[in-house]
Amino acid sequence: MKFDTPAGANPIDRMAVVGRAHDRIDGPLKTTGRAPYAYEHHREAPNAAYGQVVGAAVAKGMVRSMDLDAARAAPGVLAIVTAADLGKLGFGQFGKGKFNTVKLLGGPAVDHYHQALAIVVAETFEQARAAANLVRIDYTRSQGRFDLDEALKTAPLTGGSSDEGSAAPGMDRVGDFEAAFAAAPVTLDARYTTPDHSHAMMEPFASIASWTGDALTLWTSNQMIAWGHGDLAKTLGMPKDKISFQSAYVGGGFGGKLFLRTDAVMAALGAKAAGRPVKVALPRPLIANNTTHRPATRQRIRIGATKDGTITAIAHESGSGDQPNGSPETAVNQTKLLYAGANRLTAMRLAVLDLPEGNAMRAPGEAPGMMALEVAMDEMAEKLGMDPVAFRVKNDTQVDPEKPTRRFSQRQLVRCLTEGADRFGWTRRNPKPAAVRDGRWLVGMGVASAFRNHINMASGARVRLDGRGVVTVETDMTDIGTGSYTIIAQTAAEMMGVPVDAVVVRLGNSAYPVSAGSGGQFGAANATAGVYAACVKLRDQVAQRLGYNSADVAFAGGKVTSGNRSADLAQAAAAGELVAQDKIEFGDLEKQWQLSTFGAHFVEVGVDAYTGATRLRRMLAVCAAGRIINPKSARSQVIGAMTMGVGSALMEELAVDPRFGLFVNHDLATYEVPVHADIPHQDVVFLDEADDKANPMKAKGVGELGLCGVGAAVANAIYNATGVRIRDYPITLDKHLEKLPAVA
Amino acid sequence: MKAFTYERATDPVAAARAVAGHPGAKFIAGGTNLLDLMKIEVETPTHLVDVQDLGFDTIERTKDGGLRIGALVTNTDLAADERVRRDYAVLTRAIVAGASGQLRNKASTAGNLLQRTRCPYFYDTNMACNKRKPGSGCAAIGGYSRQLGVIGVSNSCIATFPGDMAVAMRVLDAVIETVDAGGQRRSIPIADFHRLWGDHPEQDTVLRPGELITAVTLPKPLGGQHFYEKVRDRASYAYALVSVAAVIQPDGTGRVAFGGVAPRPWRVEAAEALLPQGAAAVTERAFQGATPTKDNAFKLPLATRALAAVIAESKG
Repeated sequence: MKFDTPAGANPIDRMAVVGRAHDRIDGPLKTTGRAPYAYEHHREAPNAAYGQVVGAAVAKGMVRSMDLDAARAAPGVLAIVTAADLGKLGFGQFGKGKFNTVKLLGGPAVDHYHQALAIVVAETFEQARAAANLVRIDYTRSQGRFDLDEALKTAPLTGGSSDEGSAAPGMDRVGDFEAAFAAAPVTLDARYTTPDHSHAMMEPFASIASWTGDALTLWTSNQMIAWGHGDLAKTLGMPKDKISFQSAYVGGGFGGKLFLRTDAVMAALGAKAAGRPVKVALPRPLIANNTTHRPATRQRIRIGATKDGTITAIAHESGSGDQPNGSPETAVNQTKLLYAGANRLTAMRLAVLDLPEGNAMRAPGEAPGMMALEVAMDEMAEKLGMDPVAFRVKNDTQVDPEKPTRRFSQRQLVRCLTEGADRFGWTRRNPKPAAVRDGRWLVGMGVASAFRNHINMASGARVRLDGRGVVTVETDMTDIGTGSYTIIAQTAAEMMGVPVDAVVVRLGNSAYPVSAGSGGQFGAANATAGVYAACVKLRDQVAQRLGYNSADVAFAGGKVTSGNRSADLAQAAAAGELVAQDKIEFGDLEKQWQLSTFGAHFVEVGVDAYTGATRLRRMLAVCAAGRIINPKSARSQVIGAMTMGVGSALMEELAVDPRFGLFVNHDLATYEVPVHADIPHQDVVFLDEADDKANPMKAKGVGELGLCGVGAAVANAIYNATGVRIRDYPITLDKHLEKLPAVA
Repeated sequence: MKAFTYERATDPVAAARAVAGHPGAKFIAGGTNLLDLMKIEVETPTHLVDVQDLGFDTIERTKDGGLRIGALVTNTDLAADERVRRDYAVLTRAIVAGASGQLRNKASTAGNLLQRTRCPYFYDTNMACNKRKPGSGCAAIGGYSRQLGVIGVSNSCIATFPGDMAVAMRVLDAVIETVDAGGQRRSIPIADFHRLWGDHPEQDTVLRPGELITAVTLPKPLGGQHFYEKVRDRASYAYALVSVAAVIQPDGTGRVAFGGVAPRPWRVEAAEALLPQGAAAVTERAFQGATPTKDNAFKLPLATRALAAVIAESKG
């Protein structure tokens, strides 16, 4: 189905199932431990051996020698695979996936700390781990580039995309920024930094590989089946049709599992060498440096405005670093679209670093970009003597500021801000910083806009109807904890007029039609639109079987009705299963219409007047993101994203040791993310919206919108509480401690 | 994890003998710290002597009105004990400020005193660490040191003792009771129990090989108001950047010890004598000679401000 004109009325509009809160249909499986995650396919892969990945002990250099004798002689060891063994294992064509910047098996060259150099396979997990520690590797170290500030001094302008949208050129200009900025009566020129972030998902990277002859089955934890499937074939130098790639349940990914990672590759190699299935989970201390991370940014924002608060000039520049041939963190992207202003400049610089590969993490680009832009807006409002909500409202735009002939398909930013302000009691905020005290707490409120583009992705599905009236959906879409199973079931139920429990959903398998996958908050809307497309075809088949005119058939209550004729849906499949397959594809509506999602975040914080520690007191998000397919799972996405935003505001930072070129705090004791006690009451409001320019579901995404702006809202609330502006995240107490009022 | 042999001791002296007579042997109680370190081969004991069957799991009154806490009393039970909550509230507050409910259910009193530093370089076996591998150097010096020590550290090691319980015990003048392989008993004031690193950071405490902690005694109650102020980046489940254990008397005198700053709970009696003069006077004296890094210099003003919070609260 080609979506190239705005959606008219369609069966989803009935919203008998779609648009209603529904518990996760996979919930009972998960809460009772019966949902098999990647590492748990014991039945399909019996007698699996265990693989332990050996990570490089240096960040840059060459392997001079590897002594495997002690490891080979250790109890239970079945096989050891290094880059030197690829040829004799039949992987002479071993390479690198399209979506990987750095090889997933290093050696002799070492590209970054903890890059995989070997896998040790043994009978038990404990034996594999112990033997892996007996591998002795001598290195020739070489000088690496680990200092972002230093490297940015000579870094070139570089455009890029995160593979999840957010594309931006190296430099973009509209009008004459410099002249307008120089002429503006009120200006801001401020610099902000965000650190490297780790995805820190609960389920580690994990895979089981099993060979039957030259065919490979891989159970893994991956957000994007087709990307992973293709890249595993490319990496191993084998045809895709010889690989079954499966990921039915995923315990969180946050972008870390968008791509093939070393657990999958090393499990495949280890299983080949050992001649039996091999399971591999990356130990937590390996994850921060072996896998990808959200790159640190150095941002500069300049805003010029007239005295009435009209922005006349806005510039956002960002620098980040990555491995050679990597891509920039597209932190300037939202600034191209969020606020009006006739004269505009965005620019990105990319430095080459030898730290581990930087790549997408939840809302790549916008998450760190909004952390800077929305603080700059707060600073600018203060300079203008305006309320921060009013300043944002004043600079709203209903058209793409760079191409004013393009309108936003839907843009309710102003309503998000004003309705949020009402609900939150924003008028009670004292605009004078450091003016509100509650016992030992300095209290402040902050606001930020939320913004994240909606991305169209082709997405396919197959639907089956059996003689019992059960509708089965098959698509390679994944459920990474987001609720995909449930919203796909709701979509099929709505389309076929059956209850949700008459729908079976099968996901995460390369045998199924290629879907959008889970990333960039594009999964829910596109994957359900693909299911919609397949269901339209199935409805036609049903009508045909029943001899009805498909133009005037209604599906409801398990029945198919046409005029005064009616039949049970199951009857259509009485003579044999019906199968329909289709995908949603997109025309060029996006050229005419800018598809984005909007919101507003409000937070109240307390900053301990003595210790400077910040604790959240309450949070509100108001979101306008098209039709909300399942308000319950959507709310879960938003509160989870808000929690992640608190982490980025207050504590998350991969600490770089520039001497050795690694992230030092590479476990969950030292890389802190929020715990329950950090998160107060969270309110989430979805504005009524149906975006007919987006897709037939009239839906967009919320999973990243909920994050974009949260960090800035927290930062702005801290400023309102303390009067001390911190522009370097995370805002830990040491950064403002000595500027707080004297207490001793 | 390296392969190891394992035995369960039934008698304290036999347990001590089993460890003393076996190079590379260690006691194990709750295992909440040791097992984690063994998995990543920071600890590589060749033999474990499990002491969990030895009893030592009661809290009893002493003749002089104090408490004798068995070495295997869990953190949860110790914190919840009615006498502790009433008479030694600083201890309850410190314990519940640490770890998580699950860990406190498993962690023992003796084991908590022996927990090892959380320096990230200690945890990464690719990095130089004199504490993990004597003579290899200290990667933390000149490295990422935000969490690390500001006083009592050395050119060999700038790690901290990470615990909370011991900081409270330090203001309470707890005494650690041990028995060794020869059946010899000894009482070690907690002030002398943890070593300053000096040239031998691999030795955390003054315990000798095979010496087994059997109990911790607390002198009779001090009265006063009890505080444990723990400052950290998140609200729970994090080690202290700085903590303050304090017992403040109605006249403004009292006792104070700091956690998260040094190789041991940091209490300077001459400094706490200045409590009536305010927090700054105390910390100026307590942290005299401090050698913070650029990353952790904030711990000095933070200690002052955290103590100021305690003093303010004591005045209601």
